[in-house]
Amino acid sequence: MADHRSMSEDELRARTRALLDEAHPEQVEAIPFRQAQYDHGLAWVHFPEGYGGLNLSPKMNVIVQDEILEHSKISHGMPAASIIGIGMGAPVVLTYGTEEMKKSMLPKIFTGEEIWCQLFSEPSAGSDVAGLATSAVRDGDDWILNGQKVWTTVAHLSRWGMLLARTDPDVPKHDGLSYFVLDMQAPGVDVRPLYQITGEAEFNEVFMTDVRIPHDRMLGKEGQGWRVAITTLMNERVAIGGGGSKRKGGGTISQLLELWNDRNKNAHSAGQEALLRDRVTRSYIDQELLRLTAQRARVTQQAGNPGPEGSVAKLAQAEMMKRLWELAIDILGNDGLAYEAGYELRQQASGIDTTEGLAKYQFLRSRANSIEGGTSEIMRNILGERVLGLPGEPRVDKKIAWKEVARS
Amino acid sequence: MAIDFTFTDEHEELRATLRAFLKEKSDEAAVREQMATERGYDPDVWEQMAGQMGLAGLIIPEEFGGAGYTYVELLVVMEEMGRSLLCAPYLGTAVLATNALLHCVDETTRKELLVGIAAGETIATVAHAESNGRWDLAGVEMRAEKGEGGFTLSGRKCWVLDGHTADVLLVVARHEAGLSLFRVDADATGLERTLVPSLDITRKLAQLDFNETPADLVSAGDQTDALQRVLALTVAALAAEQVGGAQMCLETATEYAKTRLQFGRPIGSYQAIKHKCADMLVEVEFAKSAAYAACFSAAGNEEDFLETAALAKAYCSEAYFHAAAENIQIHGGMGFTWELPVHLYFKRAKSSELFLGDAAYHRERLADLVGI
Ligand SMILES: Cc1cc2nc3c(=O)[nH]c(=O)nc-3n(C[C@H](O)[C@H](O)[C@H](O)COP(=O)(O)OP(=O)(O)OC[C@H]3O[C@@H](n4cnc5c(N)ncnc54)[C@H](O)[C@@H]3O)c2cc1C
Repeated sequence: MADHRSMSEDELRARTRALLDEAHPEQVEAIPFRQAQYDHGLAWVHFPEGYGGLNLSPKMNVIVQDEILEHSKISHGMPAASIIGIGMGAPVVLTYGTEEMKKSMLPKIFTGEEIWCQLFSEPSAGSDVAGLATSAVRDGDDWILNGQKVWTTVAHLSRWGMLLARTDPDVPKHDGLSYFVLDMQAPGVDVRPLYQITGEAEFNEVFMTDVRIPHDRMLGKEGQGWRVAITTLMNERVAIGGGGSKRKGGGTISQLLELWNDRNKNAHSAGQEALLRDRVTRSYIDQELLRLTAQRARVTQQAGNPGPEGSVAKLAQAEMMKRLWELAIDILGNDGLAYEAGYELRQQASGIDTTEGLAKYQFLRSRANSIEGGTSEIMRNILGERVLGLPGEPRVDKKIAWKEVARS
Repeated sequence: MAIDFTFTDEHEELRATLRAFLKEKSDEAAVREQMATERGYDPDVWEQMAGQMGLAGLIIPEEFGGAGYTYVELLVVMEEMGRSLLCAPYLGTAVLATNALLHCVDETTRKELLVGIAAGETIATVAHAESNGRWDLAGVEMRAEKGEGGFTLSGRKCWVLDGHTADVLLVVARHEAGLSLFRVDADATGLERTLVPSLDITRKLAQLDFNETPADLVSAGDQTDALQRVLALTVAALAAEQVGGAQMCLETATEYAKTRLQFGRPIGSYQAIKHKCADMLVEVEFAKSAAYAACFSAAGNEEDFLETAALAKAYCSEAYFHAAAENIQIHGGMGFTWELPVHLYFKRAKSSELFLGDAAYHRERLADLVGI
C-alpha cells in the first residue's frame, strides 16, 4: 500500500465538510458520528478504502481533525480506552487479519464500541517480551492457552486482546511465538485488577486456564508471532510517543503554564522564582520540540507501519513528561505535600478536576512513562543498535531453545 | 574544626538494636497498616520505643529524664527510621518540639514538657508555616492578641507534623516582643485540627485553625534566631532520615538488579542499569557525608552548623528523590505497583524534599550564609 492516492488538502477538507453535513458532532452522539466518519473513509485516512481510509498519506490525518474542529465545538475524538485498539489493534488487524476480521472489527475499534487490550507482558517477560511463557497447544481446529499476563491496561473493559503465546518451546525464543486475537469473554479468562502508585487499577493481571481459541484467530502464521508483534510494538511507540500537542502551547504545556500563572507568588523567593521560570521555559521548549518533531515525522512517514525511529519520540516524551510534572510539584511548593485525591484502591480514576489535582496525579502517573510501551533503557538500545547501527550486547538467549534460557 | 565522623562501638550497637527492633515492629506490613490509619502510628510500638527504649528522650538531657545523647546518636536513629519508613510522631516530638523546648522556652515549660516527652507520655509539635506557602520565619504572620485573660491566637497553621494527634502544640506567632512561642493544649477552645490527605501517607500532617484560642506565651524576647537554629537542627535530622531512605532504595534496587533476569541475564549486567546503581551509590555516599557533617556539627555545636545543615538538606533531598525514582525505574512495571513498597519511598522522598524547604530553598540559604 505504498502508493497512495493523491488528494489535495482542499479536497480532503471538502470531503470532511461533506461528512459534517451528514453527521455533525454537535448533533449526533459519538458512536454514530464515528461510524459515519469511518464510512466516509475519514477514520484513518492512510488505511485503504473500504476500511475507514482513503489510501492517503498518514500525515493527512490531522487535516480531518482540524477541519472537524473548525466547524464543531466537539470533535468526538478518540475515546480514552480506545488508544490501544486504535493505535495498535487496527494496524495489526489491517496488516494480518482475515477479510472477515477487518470488516467486523475495524469499525468497532474506531467507534469505541469494542475496546482492545495488549496481552504481551508476563511476570517474567517484560523488556524481554519474546521470552514469554504462556503456552498455546494445538487441539484440532483450536489452540488451548495456559499462562499469565500482567500489566494489561484496560483488560477489564476489553472485548478483544492481542495475545502473544508460545507455540513451540523447543526453538529459539523468537521462532516459537504465535499471535492471536483473544476473545476476552471466553471461558477460562480471568481478569484481576492490579493497583498502582496512585491507588488506581488501570492495568490488570490476566490468567488463562485451558482457554480455547479458534485457529482462524491467529494473525500471521504459526511461529511468526514475533513479526506481527513488532508491528504492534512499533505502532505502540508511535501511539504513545507520537503525541505532544498539535497546537503551539497546547496540551500538557498549557496545563503547566496554567499552574505557573496561578502560582502563589509569595511562596518562593525572587531567586527561586527565576529558577522555576527557567525550568518552565525549558519545559516549554521540550514540548514545542516534541510537537515539531512529530510534525516533521508525519511529513516523512510513508504509508504502512512505522520503523524504529518511533523510539526517538517515545524516549524523549517519557523523560520530558517526568521532568515536567516534577517541576509542577516544585511550583506548588508546600501544597505538593497534600494529595487531595487520596489513595483509595479503585478501578477508575477519581475525579481530578483542578489543574493542581491533575499535576499531583500526573507527578505519580508519569513515572510509568519511561516503563510502559518499552522502557527508556530499551528505547536507547533500539536507537543505538537499530537506528545508529552500533554493535549489540553479546546475547546468551538467541541461538538456544527457549526452554533452555535462564528466567527469573 | 574538622569533623571526625567516628562511630563508636556504642553507636554501632545502637544501630544494630534499632535495626532489629524496626525490622520486627516496622516491617512493611506494619507500615502499611499504620499509614492507612488516621492516627498514623501504633501506640504500643510508640510506647516501647519512646518509653522503654528511651528514644523519645534521646537528645533530652538527663536532668529532664532523657538519655542525654547527642546528635550523633540521633543521626543513627533517624537513618534507621528513614530506612524502615517508620510511622511515628518522632520527627515532630523528639526532634522539632524537643529542640524548640531546649532552645526557646522558659524553664518551667521546658521542664514540664521535656519530662513528659522523654517518658513517652507527651507528644508535642511545633506549628510555624502558614497558608502563604512559606517556610522561612519571616513568613509568619499570625499575631497573638492580648486580652483580659491572657493571649489568644486566631488564624491558620499548615503542614504541622502530627498536629492532629499531638497533646501539646507550640505555635509560632508574633506579638510585641517579636517572634514568640505559644503553648496551646490539644483540647483548647476554638482549635480545629484537620488531618491533611498527604502525598506521603506514612507521615501525617495537619492543618490547625485557631479561633480566639487561648494560648500561653512560653518564650521571652524575640526568638527568630533561636527558632532558626531549631529549624536547622530539624533539617539536619531530616537529612539523616533521607540518607536512610536513599540507602534503602539503593540496596533494594541493587538486589533486584542482581536477581531479575531479562534476555537470560541479570538486568544488573546491562550497563544502563549497572551505571544507574553506581551513580546512586555515589550520591548516597555524598548524602551521608552531608548529613553526617551536619549532625556531627550539631553535636559539637560547631560554628558552621547552619551552613552544614542547609547544605545537607539541599543535597540529601535531591539524592533521595533521585534514588527513589531510579528504584522505580530499575523495578520496571513492578516499581509502579501499589503492591511493592517502592512507591512509598518515592512519596517519602518527595515529601521530605518539600518539607521545611526544598533543595533550591536551602541552596539559597547556603549561598547567603557563605556569601556566594
Ligand atoms: C502503566 C503500564 C501499563 C502497561 N500496559 C501494558 C499493556 O497493556 N500490555 C502489555 O503487554 N504490557 C503493558 N505494560 C508492561 C510494559 O511493557 C513493561 O512493564 C515493560 O516492557 C518493562 O518490563 P518489566 O516491567 O518486566 O521490567 P523489566 O523488563 O524487568 O525491566 C527492569 C529494568 O531493567 C531494564 N532492562 C531490561 N532489559 C534491559 C536491557 N537489555 N538493557 C538495559 N536495561 C534493561 C529496564 O529498562 C528496567 O529498568 C505496561 C506497563 C505499565 C507500567
